[in-house]
Amino acid sequence: MSSSPSLNTWSDALSGLSIGWFPLGLVIIAAIPLVFIALYALTYGVYGERKISAFMQDRLGPMEVGIWGLLQTLADILKLLQKEDIVPKLADKFLFVIGPGILFVGSFLAFAVLPFGPAFIGADLNVGLFYAVGIVAIEVVGILAAGWGSNNKWALYGAVRSVAQIVSYEIPASIALLCAAMLAGTLSMQQITMMQAGPGGFMHWFLFTNPIAWLPFLIYFISSLAETNRAPFDIPEAESELVAGYFTEYSGMKFAVIFLAEYGRMFMVSAIISIAFLGGWTSPLPNIGGLELNTMTSGPVWGAFWIIMKGFFFIFVQMWLRWTLPRLRVDQLMYLCWKVLTPFSLIAFVLTAIWVINH
Amino acid sequence: MSEYFSNIKTSATTIATGMGITLKHFFNAVKRKGDAGIDDADYFRQVDGLCTLQYPKEAIPTPPHGRYRLYCNIDDCIGCRQCDRACPVQCITIETIKATSDDLEACGKTSGGQQKRMWVPVFDIDVAKCMTCGICVSVCPTECLYHTPVADFSEFNVKNMMYHFGNLSKIEAEAKTKKLAEQQAQAAKEKAAAGGAPGAKPAPKPKPAPPQA
Repeated sequence: MSSSPSLNTWSDALSGLSIGWFPLGLVIIAAIPLVFIALYALTYGVYGERKISAFMQDRLGPMEVGIWGLLQTLADILKLLQKEDIVPKLADKFLFVIGPGILFVGSFLAFAVLPFGPAFIGADLNVGLFYAVGIVAIEVVGILAAGWGSNNKWALYGAVRSVAQIVSYEIPASIALLCAAMLAGTLSMQQITMMQAGPGGFMHWFLFTNPIAWLPFLIYFISSLAETNRAPFDIPEAESELVAGYFTEYSGMKFAVIFLAEYGRMFMVSAIISIAFLGGWTSPLPNIGGLELNTMTSGPVWGAFWIIMKGFFFIFVQMWLRWTLPRLRVDQLMYLCWKVLTPFSLIAFVLTAIWVINH
Repeated sequence: MSEYFSNIKTSATTIATGMGITLKHFFNAVKRKGDAGIDDADYFRQVDGLCTLQYPKEAIPTPPHGRYRLYCNIDDCIGCRQCDRACPVQCITIETIKATSDDLEACGKTSGGQQKRMWVPVFDIDVAKCMTCGICVSVCPTECLYHTPVADFSEFNVKNMMYHFGNLSKIEAEAKTKKLAEQQAQAAKEKAAAGGAPGAKPAPKPKPAPPQA
């Protein structure tokens, strides 16, 4: 399935590695994003978000555990591990238990097609982008299982809101990503990134090569906020109205897994928007004359660095939005999706098609 | 239709404004808000930067003339019980023992030169009850009772909020009580022997020492 022999050398070599019948390489490939999600969720996700939110509100954030509170997340994890794992008596136990699992699996599956650099991608599917968009929908099942299984009206409200929200926002998100796919002429994540690679650095990115790309870029970013339940579209959670919505009844590690899934999804959509419009793992630095900045900052390790940095930048923007904007009302949410984003995404789609044909 | 586009424009501009404000605060987090007091000219100008006070490590200094925790300088206390009577919340408990005549030297004088005539074995202030009204301070004749600028005196155990200021230990207090009782008995006997009234008064002085615990 890998299109070019030079690409994905590391992941191809890893997947070939096996001890006897045991496919050790495949296990390592699967474990790499898992370890990445866990580390990033602990450091940047939880600690970073607390610090960023604190700084935006003129506070200090955690300061007591370790220097500048650096060990605060570790302390929280230890606390969560000690907590009693409660399953409500009248809950639908099966759905209640598998809910967080489905949520996490839904966000984790999309990492299979995210290229972490030119030499490493879990699965270079020729329908990678389509797969990534589709697999996010599993999250709805997880939230609905969690909310329904909790046998709690707040949880059910949150779950039903989430279904309405995520299913609605899939449409503008998908159409916006379709614009990127049209520009690239392929659905393979690695291929889309390759289309934007070049000696000019950021000048080859779709956002800058195309006069209309900013519109699907913006639409996808807004929709991705809704798909990850991030503010201002966090009405399934709605801790002030619904006492934390679909995970009201969760405690201990199940709660932690739900949050791990949320941070995993945050990175996933950030990586997808980087790949679709900002050149994925390609370096933003251009070659200027004899100074070959782009060549110097390319390669498998630099590629991983760039895509992670791009993803982290969008996660920062998500956090920045969260601590700026108030939550939308349900009707406002639907208005934004159906009356603003969807028509504009269709317009962007048509304009992109015209531009692609005439270019 | 124009309303539709103006709504989009309004939301875009207002979101941009709001995000600009939060980003400004984010980058200002490297600064600390100054510690100018309310009487400082810069008080209303110090709006940028973190304003968290990490309390036990950092504290706003209390004014030097602050009146917070009640303190008794027991060396100056003459055991007059004015504060006990004046206290509206009964946070002061005093017990006194009248000093015998040979003890007056040991009992000492106040810093104002007044002879002390009472031992004060128990002078307890329950600062948890004290409402810092200052009535006890105003009635104290020797100014031995006053509020200090110490504002933070929280404790984990409420029993630790009981402050003991007495100038005698329990054993010493018992000895003084016994000594006083002996002297009074002696005086009563002498008085009876001198042929006074048959119903001998306990003590010649106008007021007897109050009953002791």
